[in-house]
Amino acid sequence: MFGGVYSNHIALRAAIEDARSRGAQGLYCLGDLGAFGPYPNRVFPILIDAGVEVVRGNYDDSISRGLEDCQCGYTDPRDNHFARLSYQYTYRETAPEWRRWMGGLPASIRFEARGTRVLMCHGSPREINEFLWESTCSTQFLAHLLAEHAADLVFVTHTGIHWQRALPDGGLFVNVGVLGRPANDGRTDVWYALIDLASGQPPRVEFIPLPYDHHGLAREMRAEGLPEEFVETILTGWWTTCLEVLPAKERARGRF
Amino acid sequence: MSAGGSPTAGERASAEGRVVGAPLVALGHLDTLWFQVTGTICNLRCTHCFISCAPDNHSFEFLSLAEVLGWLDRSRAMSVKEYYFTGGEPFMHADLPEMLEATLALGPASVLTNGTLLPERTIESIARSARRSTYSLEIRVSIDGPSAETNDPIRGEGTFERALDGVRRLVEHGLLPIVTATQVWDPADDEPVRQDFVAQLRAIGYRHPRLKILPSLRIGREAVRARGYGEGERVTAEMLEGYDERHLLCSSSRVVTNRGVYACPILLETPTARLGADLDSAMRPVRLDRSACHTCWLHGAICSNYGGIGRDVT
Repeated sequence: MFGGVYSNHIALRAAIEDARSRGAQGLYCLGDLGAFGPYPNRVFPILIDAGVEVVRGNYDDSISRGLEDCQCGYTDPRDNHFARLSYQYTYRETAPEWRRWMGGLPASIRFEARGTRVLMCHGSPREINEFLWESTCSTQFLAHLLAEHAADLVFVTHTGIHWQRALPDGGLFVNVGVLGRPANDGRTDVWYALIDLASGQPPRVEFIPLPYDHHGLAREMRAEGLPEEFVETILTGWWTTCLEVLPAKERARGRF
Repeated sequence: MSAGGSPTAGERASAEGRVVGAPLVALGHLDTLWFQVTGTICNLRCTHCFISCAPDNHSFEFLSLAEVLGWLDRSRAMSVKEYYFTGGEPFMHADLPEMLEATLALGPASVLTNGTLLPERTIESIARSARRSTYSLEIRVSIDGPSAETNDPIRGEGTFERALDGVRRLVEHGLLPIVTATQVWDPADDEPVRQDFVAQLRAIGYRHPRLKILPSLRIGREAVRARGYGEGERVTAEMLEGYDERHLLCSSSRVVTNRGVYACPILLETPTARLGADLDSAMRPVRLDRSACHTCWLHGAICSNYGGIGRDVT
């Protein structure tokens, strides 16, 4: 289960290979294919060739509909400044055929396996761009989301930081993190989630750190004239932008 | 005044800040529960306070620790996501640290404070509760400008230094307060004010300050200090067409006071904003019949941690 790709085609290739080497049977991506990184068109052939099932994210929605901004849901002007730069680049560079393709993506994916009802969304089951952080979601609220949306296992992305919470009635809520940029943890690895539905109840979710050629990505980002602040995040593992949206606990774990 | 001499119903209502024929907003889900723990009692008497809080304003009184614990217990069944504490000045309540400890066992807590009543042992206590919890504790400190010259005429002499000192000590204990400033300056000066603010906060050791600028709410003493709302500044049904109602605080929040449950923390002086004595009766829709609703409509839910100037909601 992959979160936002943010045009990180290098990490996406590495993630698919890594997941397969661990025996992954199904590959899913929860949306936000563009933003932040270079050469947005490179991501789509990789996803299609590997048979990855993709959920539409707010970014994909914006680009496919030709909207003026990414709908990320930031409220601070500094977050919005960098979000705008990144969106304008991505929108300009994304080929019309891929914009159309993104318009056809589903808002969510559901399936049932061994009695477990699985729901995959982008931000939250109720809103495409809702941020669900570990430190701002009470357990009772998460249980309510699962009950309201008839699911036992819910996967989201959007925030950029992975976490999971087991719920009192046996449900599980998982934010799979993102492939697009590091998890604000000082590591250059990005993260994805491996789910085991076959070994019985409750389902096991493991977060996998993924090393990839981050220097190569940094070179491409600089060649494309993307902000140096973005490159710094790729090279250090610390968020330098779009972090005013972080709640206190997540912000305190970062460097800025 | 109409040509006939006596005011029309609309003009009378307008003078009271009330809107005739206002639309209803339904509560989707009770995401956020607010506690007005110290009522309208505050150690300060800010000239822009929209509910005119003061040391001697007993319109609303304290909530007891037992009452708050009871509400927290009942909130679980409503699947509340997060909790906010306001007043007046919440830190006037001796039991606030214990309330926060209990809250942080259930979900995230935010406190809206003037930052002038933060003794060391209180900060130590809340910082310890925050460290031990999965959830975030957000402390929002109101400081209306990057200097005593801007802030003190509104909040009182010496409050800039005291609040800044409060921020400094919160930071020393590992908390990351959100400094919230009401836009009492010319909006054209936003950027230099922001930069000056950041410089002031860095100078006291807050290396990466979290800063939020809020629009003013033109009711209470603020209507006297600056101005009240104009005739056109109200929310009509047409203005809600195509508008995402989730931006409005009353679509997802309710406020517990000693006088019952209200629609939002702003509309406390409005009889119609009291929705009931308990959470169930308070789940009914809210009528946007006050001019202050216009500010919420324009900027999004500024009372929450997520709204403010800089957000495009319309």
